[in-house]
Amino acid sequence: METRELMPDQLTELGENVHRLIKYEGELDRGFAAEIARLAHGEKFYTCIQCGTCSATCPVSHFMDFTPRRIIAMVRAGFKEEVLRSFTIWLCASCYSCTADCPREIKITDVMYALKQLAIKEGVYPKRFPIPVMAQEFYKIVEKKGRNSEGRLMMNIALKTNPFRLLRYAKVGLKLFRRGRVTLREESVQNHGEIQTLLGAVDRAKEAAK
Amino acid sequence: MKYLYFPGCSLKSTGKPYEESILSVFRALNVEIEELKDWNCCGATAYMAVDELKSFSLCARNLALAVKQHGSGKDEPVQLIAPCSACYSLLLKSQHYMDENPEVGRVVKTALKEVGYESEGLHKKVRIRHPLDILANDIGIERIREKVKKPLKGLKVIPYYGCLLVRPYATFDDPYNPTSMDRLIQALGAETVDWSLKTRCCGGTLSGTIQGVGLRLGHLLLKEAIRKGGDLLLTACPLCQFDLECFQDDMNNRFQYKVQVPVAYFSQLIGKAFNLSDREVGAQRLFIPMKLEAAAP
Repeated sequence: METRELMPDQLTELGENVHRLIKYEGELDRGFAAEIARLAHGEKFYTCIQCGTCSATCPVSHFMDFTPRRIIAMVRAGFKEEVLRSFTIWLCASCYSCTADCPREIKITDVMYALKQLAIKEGVYPKRFPIPVMAQEFYKIVEKKGRNSEGRLMMNIALKTNPFRLLRYAKVGLKLFRRGRVTLREESVQNHGEIQTLLGAVDRAKEAAK
Repeated sequence: MKYLYFPGCSLKSTGKPYEESILSVFRALNVEIEELKDWNCCGATAYMAVDELKSFSLCARNLALAVKQHGSGKDEPVQLIAPCSACYSLLLKSQHYMDENPEVGRVVKTALKEVGYESEGLHKKVRIRHPLDILANDIGIERIREKVKKPLKGLKVIPYYGCLLVRPYATFDDPYNPTSMDRLIQALGAETVDWSLKTRCCGGTLSGTIQGVGLRLGHLLLKEAIRKGGDLLLTACPLCQFDLECFQDDMNNRFQYKVQVPVAYFSQLIGKAFNLSDREVGAQRLFIPMKLEAAAP
């Protein structure tokens, strides 16, 4: 895939600073919107009027590479690669402000979740970025034990991203430890087999539906 | 009425003072409460980013366990308390999707059947409740007021509700301007500070992962709390409490405006007004001691 910068005809001072990512129709993934609409539970997704309420109400939109409004537009147009590799989907803290405020009742938080799931499935998330790493470490712990252990999770994230993080968190960690608010003990359900069978059954049901 | 209690991972760890204070306050009010046996993870927000159907199925096992422990033959729904806002929201979300989305419903039911649980009508047989809801609506403000032994006169309290308690499923309070915690605080004799950031995001897990973003969100809330003259900020979620209390040193290293505010659970303040000991409400586990007296004018 080739990307081009669109330069305006008149190179005014303002125009010189305009850079846009453009694609020809053949380069877009036309099935992407339908896939996300299905994963994010809703056809309402297509009715977005690009009003920008989601971007305005989002507490982290100014840290994102694409605002939520742009993400919706890009998904609909088929910019799959760019959306799945974006930081935006991982910066979404899942506070549901956008979902609560959307005048079209689009479940934008669920769209972000669908994008996260797809990015992990296709392995295209930003590497060593701690948020997708956390999601996967959390998933692994729960799959094995049925419960999360907060102390272990914090340690695993540090080891998988940047071990120096451990030093940064040492002070808070020690304070928590002294107050009995964190241990390295592994929490667990009693009935391991049941969790494994349950999660296995979900995998099989998904396979059967394909 | 007996309530079942779903602790989730945080209330056994960083949120221990929340668990201790809730259990003590309910005991003081003679409310019967029993932990859900062999509960598993709620399929938290991080898990949902990997596999949503598994997340819903994990929630469904908790719902099925609650029905089983309650006795499946009973007419009235089992009341399941989830004090962590993430658990609360996820359990509700699972109920909605199991009921409204046929594909989700089918997968979850198939998975539950395989482990031998009842899978029909779990969205109706279990009512997910937050302790704030129970204290404000089941027990009632009047009964709370009667129990107060040490009124917190003049104390200016900032009520902070956070996101997932009122969004996207507002079951017992207004999603934009919730007031149940306000009313409880006023019943303790304290004053509540009206502010516009009641339901703004605390930073969530970003405070631990991408601190440049997460700490900024928490810092903004604390800054406003200080400017409004609050003596103490109260939360109703273990992640909010952790983000806002435990990272204050990190915020002060990073940002110019210095913050130093006690951040406790609403249940801890209720416990103290009931004259329970520090140990009963887990006060010794806080980083910054809870303030119970108004700052000198």
